[in-house]
This record gives sequence, C-alpha cells and structure tokens, in this order.
Amino acid sequence: MEIKRTIKYQADRVRGFGREVMSVPGCEKLKDCIQCGTCSGVCPLSIYMDFTPRQVMALTREDFKNEVLASHTIWLCASCYACTVECPREIRITDIMYELKQRAIHEGVYPKRFPIPVLAQEFTTMVRQHGRVSEGLLVTKLYLKTNPIAALGMAKLGMGLMKTGRFSLKQENIKQRADLARIVATVDNESVKA
Amino acid sequence: MRYGYFPGCSLKGTGRAYEESLLPVMQHLGVEMVELDDWSCCGATAYMAVDEGKACALAARNLALAEQGGFAQVMAPCSACYLVLNKTQHFMQDYPAMRRLVDKALGSVGLKVSNDTPVRHPLDILLNDVGLDAVKQKVTRPLKGLKVAPYYGCQIVRPYSTFDDQADPVSMDQLLQALGAEVIDWPLKTKCCGGSLTGTLPEAGLRLSYILLKEAKKRGADLIATVCPLCQFNLDGYHDKIEAKWEPVRVPTVYFSQLMGLAFGMPANRLGLQRGFIPMPSLPRAEAVAA
Repeated sequence: MEIKRTIKYQADRVRGFGREVMSVPGCEKLKDCIQCGTCSGVCPLSIYMDFTPRQVMALTREDFKNEVLASHTIWLCASCYACTVECPREIRITDIMYELKQRAIHEGVYPKRFPIPVLAQEFTTMVRQHGRVSEGLLVTKLYLKTNPIAALGMAKLGMGLMKTGRFSLKQENIKQRADLARIVATVDNESVKA
Repeated sequence: MRYGYFPGCSLKGTGRAYEESLLPVMQHLGVEMVELDDWSCCGATAYMAVDEGKACALAARNLALAEQGGFAQVMAPCSACYLVLNKTQHFMQDYPAMRRLVDKALGSVGLKVSNDTPVRHPLDILLNDVGLDAVKQKVTRPLKGLKVAPYYGCQIVRPYSTFDDQADPVSMDQLLQALGAEVIDWPLKTKCCGGSLTGTLPEAGLRLSYILLKEAKKRGADLIATVCPLCQFNLDGYHDKIEAKWEPVRVPTVYFSQLMGLAFGMPANRLGLQRGFIPMPSLPRAEAVAA
C-alpha cells in the first residue's frame, strides 16, 4: 500500500488554472457554483469516480490543476448532460468536463489504462483525413493500440456484427477532403494566434 | 415536406437498420429526405474532447452544405449528430469569437453559414409537421398487444430541449400509441445507456445498459424502442457480457421507425429487423387483431 498525503495544501495549486478554464466559452458560470452536489447526485457514473463532479468543480475553481487533470472523473463522463440540465446555477458541467479532457490530452497526463483519450485521437485523425468515421475500422484500431488481448474478447461481437451486415473495415471517404483539411488548418492557425 | 437529410456515420454502419427503416417510413408519409451532398462527420462527442473550435467548424460545414443545397430544414436522426449540430448553432450564436472562427474556417473554402437552418429530429417532424393523425391513417397493422418501453436516451432532450420535456419526454409515447402499441410506464426514459463507455470502460458502462434492460423486463416490456444508434447498439450488443456478470435480461431493442414500418404493413426484412441480435417478438396475427 502506498502511503500518500491526502490533505491538499495551498502550495499544491497551479495559480490561474481556474480562471483560465472559466474564460473558455461555456465554462464561465463555474464561478457561480454553490457546491450543492446536484451534479454528483444525478450523474449515473459518479459511483465510479475518484472525485465526484461537485469536487471537480471545486478543485478546478481553486486551481488544483494536477489533481483534476489526472482524475478518472473526466474520462468517466459519458456526456449525458444530466448535470448540466439539473444544475441550479446553470453551470454547463458537461462542457467543463470537455474542457478538462482537452487540457489533459494536450498535456498528456491521462491515466494510461484509459483508452478514451486514444479513441478521441484516433477518431479525430480519421475524420481529418477522410471526413467520415468508419466504425469497424476505428474500433479495430483502438483495440490493437490499447488492448489487443481484450480484442479477442470482442471477437464474438465482431463476428455477430459482420453476420448482420453491421461491421466493415472499409474506409468511408468524402469527396472534398482537401476542403476539410483546409477548414481544420484554418482553425489551427487562428488558435495559435489567439 | 422536404428536409436535408444528415445521416451521420452510424446510420451508414452499425445503425444502418435505422436508416433502412426511416427512409421507407418517411416516404410512405410523404416526407422527402434528400441526403446532403458530401456531408462529413458531425464531430460527435470525441471531437469536442479534443478541440471545440474544430468540432464546431466541422459541424458547421454540414450546416453550410444544407444552405447551399437550398434546404430550409435539416433532419438529423442520430442523437449525437442532432445534439452536436444544435450545439454548434448555439455556440455560434452565444459566442461571437466562435462565430468569427467558424466563418473564417468555412470562408477558406468558399462556404458560408447563416446559422438559421433548424436542425430537427424525426420525432419532432413526425409529431409537429406530419401529425399523429396522418400517421394513424397509414396504420394497417396495429401493434395491438405489444408492450413497448419508450427509451429516449440522453442527447435528444438534453441539454437543448426543443420539442419535448427534458425530464419526462412523451413524443415517442404518443407515436407508439398511434401505432396501436401499449406503452409501459417506466422511470428510465432518459437515463444514460453508458454511451461509448460500454466499449472503452465496460466495467462502468455496461452496468448502465444492464439497469435499463432489467427495469424494462421487470415492467413486462416485450421490447424497448429507441431513437439512437448508440443506445440500440449498447442495449442489443452486449447481452452475453451482461448475462455473464449479472443475469439474463434479453429484451430486444429496436428503432421506433422499425415499429412504424411494421404497423404500416412493411415486411420486417425491409426494415432492417434481421440486423438485431435479440430477435423481435412476433406480432399478434393480423386476423387476431382484426377480430
């Protein structure tokens, strides 16, 4: 058993993190959080989280960047928007989770056994290159990259999908792939400037 | 009634039974669905987790294509596509900086978006444009005696509820009743199915699908009706794993559009019903219904 300090000190904070997150579109209202815990109560996945959504809101606002970005919570969020709809302060909690995921991916600090960031990146790469997602191909790539052994456990499901005509390794493509690449590049350019 | 149809990636893949049933059903009701030329992925939830600006620009490309094609309205049957396209419109409206970014990105390839094309769900269109009376008139084989649990899932009513109640939606209930089915009362209409977590973190995700199936079974549902390709996949595809971990809860899950097709007298294999893992129960015989 690893002995760790469980109490957070002020010195653990990364100054300015909370303010930075709150400056992103959709995340402004985090400042209004009253820590009522409604989000944690309605979240169907909070029972698996290391920090509940309420705690993530408090930690983010108080600049505990390292704790929040390394948490399982942001990867367990399934984007069901129950918290966002129920929040009495109209905080868009799901969007804040998205923002935290983006920052964790950007800084490469996500828990290694969680395949969700890998899925997100394979997904965006496929869309950028081809314009569409070919589900069979995406899932196959994901398993080969993260957990080839678990792929064996999925073989039966894959065979079933093939039999019912729902699985294909063919890559779908749009015609205007050059346009799409240009749209993405323009956004990239602008973000760097900003 | 003419709509620019945005199928999204799933309706061409794992969710193709949704498209296979929706197209003939809508045509039967006089609704014209014209697939947007060269549509691209909506961005889904994965893109939002990587880059908001790109996610919006990619979604907005599709809105621009709809405008270019002269469509006054877009139909998006997949819940994730429906949410993302609506969310993009909200973002562009609420945040001028996002609007400028999207305008610039689309402008680089000569596209323009005025952001006033409503993106609508088939349920909304069926209830508010077509009307339940018109649906009823087409029913030749009422689904009498079939107990259905209407399952809406997350993303068509949350967070941008435009045509139904966020906590207790009723549009699909009304539609199923118009088809002659018996709608069971259950509290999990909008509870999350686990989304993509069933694949990425099954130890957490599968439990959510299990709870839905268990409750539907407990309340005597013959089947679950859904509006979302991911919900259908989750509730239909993992029964072996669910059974190994908990108990058998083999309630079939089909698209509402497949039930419409059956009630309109269309053959099951032309509605993609052969693509599910848990077979649909046989309908009461037509003569028995008439009697």
